[in-house]
Amino acid sequence: MAESSKAPHGAMLRIRNLKCYYGRIQAINGVSLSVRSGEIVTLIGANGAGKSTLMQAICGLLSQWEGEIRFRDKPLRGKKAPEIVREGVSLVPEGRWIFPPLSVMDNLRLGAYTRKARSERKSVAEDVEAMLELFPVLRERARQAAGTLSGGEQQMLAIGRALMSRPRLLLLDEPSMGLAPLMVRKILDTLAELREKGLTILLVEQNARAALQTADRGYVLENGRIVLDGPAADLLADQEVKRAYLGKDYREFTEGRV
Amino acid sequence: MQEFLQYLFSGLTNGAIYAVIALGFSMLYSATKLINFAQGEFVMLGALSLVSLWSGLHLPLPIAFLISVAGVSIAGILLERLAIRSVRVPHPITLVIITVGASILLRGVAMLAWGKDSHSVRSFSSHPPFDIAGATLLPQSLWILGVTAAVVAALHFFYKKTLTGKAMEACAINKRAASILGVPSERMVMLAFAMSAAVGAMAGILIAPVTMCGYDMGAMLGLKGFCAAMLGGVGSSWGAIAGGLLLGVLESLGVGFISSSLKDAIAFLLLLFILYVRPSGIFGAGEVHRF
Repeated sequence: MAESSKAPHGAMLRIRNLKCYYGRIQAINGVSLSVRSGEIVTLIGANGAGKSTLMQAICGLLSQWEGEIRFRDKPLRGKKAPEIVREGVSLVPEGRWIFPPLSVMDNLRLGAYTRKARSERKSVAEDVEAMLELFPVLRERARQAAGTLSGGEQQMLAIGRALMSRPRLLLLDEPSMGLAPLMVRKILDTLAELREKGLTILLVEQNARAALQTADRGYVLENGRIVLDGPAADLLADQEVKRAYLGKDYREFTEGRV
Repeated sequence: MQEFLQYLFSGLTNGAIYAVIALGFSMLYSATKLINFAQGEFVMLGALSLVSLWSGLHLPLPIAFLISVAGVSIAGILLERLAIRSVRVPHPITLVIITVGASILLRGVAMLAWGKDSHSVRSFSSHPPFDIAGATLLPQSLWILGVTAAVVAALHFFYKKTLTGKAMEACAINKRAASILGVPSERMVMLAFAMSAAVGAMAGILIAPVTMCGYDMGAMLGLKGFCAAMLGGVGSSWGAIAGGLLLGVLESLGVGFISSSLKDAIAFLLLLFILYVRPSGIFGAGEVHRF
């Protein structure tokens, strides 16, 4: 891709020629992309295109990769997941990964594990309050086991928990998965709201239309390669994207996604 | 009645020890899904360290207690670092066999360090035994029950009130999910080993004045603790406590009313019974419940 040459200087996240492997199988085949401060960037693609693999490589969950991932001009190579959280990258994983037996409150507090110093106690309590403000339904269920929440509520909890580490960059992997359209809208609106407050977001979605409507820019990932990139509005209007993703997306939407 | 009360007292005393040992098994199991068969050796190391530090070096009891517990925790950390973490393919059976090997090693080291003879220490306090409705209650029994209650309270606080306790539970539920929140899972596993070794050492220290302390005392105590943990459902702290007390009391009543030669048999009959009735209880995916 020509992206590496036109990657803006001072990008918050910059990925160059990334190749990821599962054993000997190559899941990502030379991807380059960048996310600037204050942007919502979306990465769309079909199932198995390598979207989640890319997210896991950024977060330190995947050890086998080649190329370069830089966050705020610091290379992330060799760093494990807990260190990368401390750098300011937080992931809302596919499948949410909440802790079902723990209460909603405990799930949120665990999100602030990197801030467990005594001096942070007050600001963590303030942030818990802010999350309950952002997602009022979580306040009603604060004492409930997280596993008893509905899918949408669990997704809100996962986002709230990821925000508790006060990230600079929030990564979301398929936040609309399994949710009703109304809930998808609500979550994407929340992301737009968070961006207004200065958060930078990289959003991975199969639900291409909804993602492109929210994002500033987008990349299309196919078989481990970026095949298209540009402003979200352009991608929405692109014939190829329409044919390959948006049509299918509409059908998926009406049939209900699993 | 007086006889029954007597057996109940001694049963509860032993049962509290079994409960503390079972807690050690349970804590490690719920954090790592590993049964550590060297747990009994931590009990032995705790008891023999106390023998050396308190009776041998004449250190004050609280200091001897703290040094023993700290030393055994370090042994627990070393076990995790050297023997468990270095395994390339950490299959559960491999790890369990490693702990069995570690227990044999620790027993050998203890034999070299403390010799083959048994040692004994005096009771923590020199208060004369209490007389309750004709039955005798040793002051050491009160120490044992009191410290057991304190250990239970401390663990309860740790799991329920501290973020580290929650993080340990989160790691046990989903290691990757915990890691993306910044929880270093290796350190949580190490902490679980250190804590379960410390709890084992406390059991050894408590029981030292009422038993003969030798390099081979750990095997039987470890198995009794294991029985207690299984009895209550491994991974559950309340289960460990209930299992320990139940085992102690049944054992004591069996000794008193049937035959003293049954003492050890009772634990294993109970274990067989549990395995027969609830076989999924051992390595099965039973739900993890803490306090």
